[in-house]
Amino acid sequence: MLFTSYAFLGFMAILFLLYYLIPGRFQWELLLAASYLFYFIAGPSWLLYILATTVTTYYAARRIEKTGQQQKAYIKVHREQLSKEEKKAYKDKMKTRQWRWLLACLFLNLGILAVVKYTNFAISNVNGLLRAVGSARQFGFWDIALPMGISFYTFQALGYLIDVYRGTVEAEKNLFKLALFVSFFPQLIQGPISRFGDLAQSLYAEHVFDAEKFCYGLERILWGYFKKLVIADRILTGVNAIIRDTGTYRGAYVFVGMMFYALELYADFTGGIDITIGIAQALGIGVKENFRRPYFSKSVKEYWRRWHITMGTWFTDYIFYPISVCKPMLKLSKLARARLGENIGKRIPIYLSSFAVWLATGIWHGASWNFVVWGLGNWVVLMASQELEPLYARLHGRFDVQGRGWYKLFQVLRTILVMSCLRTFDCYRDVPLTFRMFGTLFTEHNWHILWDGSLMGIGLSAVDYGVLLAGLVLLVAVSLLQRSGSVRDRIAAKPYPVRFLLWYGLFLAVLLAGAYGIGYDASQFIYNQF
Amino acid sequence: MGTAVIVLASLYLLQRLLMPKYAADVVEGALIAEYYGEEKDHDVVFIGDCEVYENFSPAVLWQDYGINSYIRGSAQQLIWQSYYLLKDTLRYEKPQVVIFNVLAMQYNEPQREAYNRMTLEGMRWSRDKADAIRASMTEEEHFLDYVFPLLRYHSRWSELGAEDVEYMFHSPQISHNGYYMRVDVKPAENVPEGRILADYRFGENAWAYLDRITALCRENDIRLILVKAPSLYPYWYDQWEEQIEGYAAENDLLYINFLELVEETGLDFTTDTYDAGLHLNLSGAEKITGYLGEVLRQEAGLKDRRAEEHLARVWDGKIEAYEQEKERQYANTALDDSK
Repeated sequence: MLFTSYAFLGFMAILFLLYYLIPGRFQWELLLAASYLFYFIAGPSWLLYILATTVTTYYAARRIEKTGQQQKAYIKVHREQLSKEEKKAYKDKMKTRQWRWLLACLFLNLGILAVVKYTNFAISNVNGLLRAVGSARQFGFWDIALPMGISFYTFQALGYLIDVYRGTVEAEKNLFKLALFVSFFPQLIQGPISRFGDLAQSLYAEHVFDAEKFCYGLERILWGYFKKLVIADRILTGVNAIIRDTGTYRGAYVFVGMMFYALELYADFTGGIDITIGIAQALGIGVKENFRRPYFSKSVKEYWRRWHITMGTWFTDYIFYPISVCKPMLKLSKLARARLGENIGKRIPIYLSSFAVWLATGIWHGASWNFVVWGLGNWVVLMASQELEPLYARLHGRFDVQGRGWYKLFQVLRTILVMSCLRTFDCYRDVPLTFRMFGTLFTEHNWHILWDGSLMGIGLSAVDYGVLLAGLVLLVAVSLLQRSGSVRDRIAAKPYPVRFLLWYGLFLAVLLAGAYGIGYDASQFIYNQF
Repeated sequence: MGTAVIVLASLYLLQRLLMPKYAADVVEGALIAEYYGEEKDHDVVFIGDCEVYENFSPAVLWQDYGINSYIRGSAQQLIWQSYYLLKDTLRYEKPQVVIFNVLAMQYNEPQREAYNRMTLEGMRWSRDKADAIRASMTEEEHFLDYVFPLLRYHSRWSELGAEDVEYMFHSPQISHNGYYMRVDVKPAENVPEGRILADYRFGENAWAYLDRITALCRENDIRLILVKAPSLYPYWYDQWEEQIEGYAAENDLLYINFLELVEETGLDFTTDTYDAGLHLNLSGAEKITGYLGEVLRQEAGLKDRRAEEHLARVWDGKIEAYEQEKERQYANTALDDSK
């Protein structure tokens, strides 16, 4: 059931109605039933995967917490009898027990994710190696469909488990409540990856109908549909034409494809997140923001703080920090400082930890080498920017450009360009092809296609370009307004006729200019596949 | 309340504006709806695809035999659509004879959305229309798009023309009792042979609906006549002919294959078709309708109703419009020829 399907709109309408009609204490149960129904419709057999993750995470978290409580109780009772060493030995023993539960659950769930998502990737690599060494032996691929949202809910569940292990949240006592946290349907398709501490209370609480919040939620949903249907799905035709015909669309077309894809991905992903957050808001539930105007970033580092925020913080909290402060890393850092000097030694944990993060980010995005290269490409750019910071500082000092409007604009455009270049790996999904196509930017001198009407030949008409331009202007205008506060608050402060005109105008824009229905190749949300 | 009225009214107006009017280029989509403006007292109702609405002229049946008839046909009208259109017709009247053109037996499953639209949008809402939609939808279609056509035609704003405004609330009369008149001539030359098929048997679904049409006519004491119009293409295979003959014999139905009556009807494919044999022009349609009228008089015992004052008055107007359209088209054709 796609967010853009009639069935989903009907599903939502019924849910909203029931949610506010039933007694508040049953609301979370209704959400759980709706989430499982949503998942069941997507793929009945996939329920087994999400159930397995839910049950194992629930059980492991409970065991970890019980072990911790047991330890505390034991120490409290035997405080007087135990020596300091005995207490430490006991604590270590219990910590090891908790660690084992954590590790077992992590292995099991990451194992499920790895098996369903990466088996065919592994087989294709093994087959490639066999061919390379001249062997005729080839392994067949595994015919398995990737359960919807498995990367998202697995990470969300494991984040909860690690938080319980760290003692930052209490383990959820009710299996069904945890099941709702793992399966909350608006997030299942493409996130955000919520933390238990941020979402749970709001998810389980009773909510009375609040017209203002509900209206805010609907506005957000509508804005999401505008981005998805009017911009992303319309420009998709042009992007697909360029990507699929690599013989024809080379040189400047690659640049056009990069830019169009940047717009498509932004409109698609943020549109989906707007719908998710809007649905949650209409239900009275707070879901964390996942984007903060990323295309206004002045550096790649800043961009990654503002794009897919919940994924970035997940990797930082659960991969970067644990690796950078783990014992072997500290030892390595110490050794490097001693052998290679303070300057290099202190960088080693950061470099290696961020390498692991970007490798994981790449692999998380997809089971193919292009994503790995894309992830590591980001790592290279980030590390290079970090190393070049002193140089930039000197240049800024010398030329006095920091803070100037045109320089900010230059920085923003540079960031968009760098990120778009890296994303060509995502577009072509083939590493050698991406390099070849990128190379044509410099070898094929066909920049005239930008103004001689050739762009009418990539499946987009003058009307399409007109709609896209209007949509882009609106996107930028709203983003600019957001810098000085909530746009929805501003709308809410306007007189009713103005509000009505704005809402209805947006609704009509989606209705009339949306690329949906027969004749449009409306796509799934791009992040569904992750 | 006021907001809801504004929203609903504006959406309704938008829908009226954006829906295709079928008034100029593709007029076939207008045919089905025209029936509802008629007086429902027909002796004969034709159901079928373009082979009925382009090949038979109710005006001839009236002028020559006093038979009051109507054609409920549209482009590529599938057999289940014909069945539900017949059911829909029976809500308003009970003709003595139903004539079904059997070419539609070649299709066993939904075909193209554009043709579905042309047939189904003109139907008035009823359970039959809902069933017809459900039976006809291709995989890409949604029932809701038929309920709210604005969802289907939402992007037509970029191709709106003057006719979309002119015909927002009324449509021009296109047909003459369901007959779509063409007087131009394009001789049939080099008619292609039918390609070899893997299986010549009609599909189960098609048979099931033919059975339903037969049963419906029996239940309502209506004489069902099967016809195959004399269109040279799409090709009518001998194997198909055998199956229809067998069915007609088994169910005691009259079956007329006009392809085998070229001499008797006097058809001349150098002058009686406007598109090289796919459809007949007015000259051809009048010839075979003349033959059919005789059959209806003799075989079905239909009476001459020209003496019925009210009906005769109604038909006077229709015949006048028919003759005017004929003159207009002949004049246009002459003009085109002179260029």
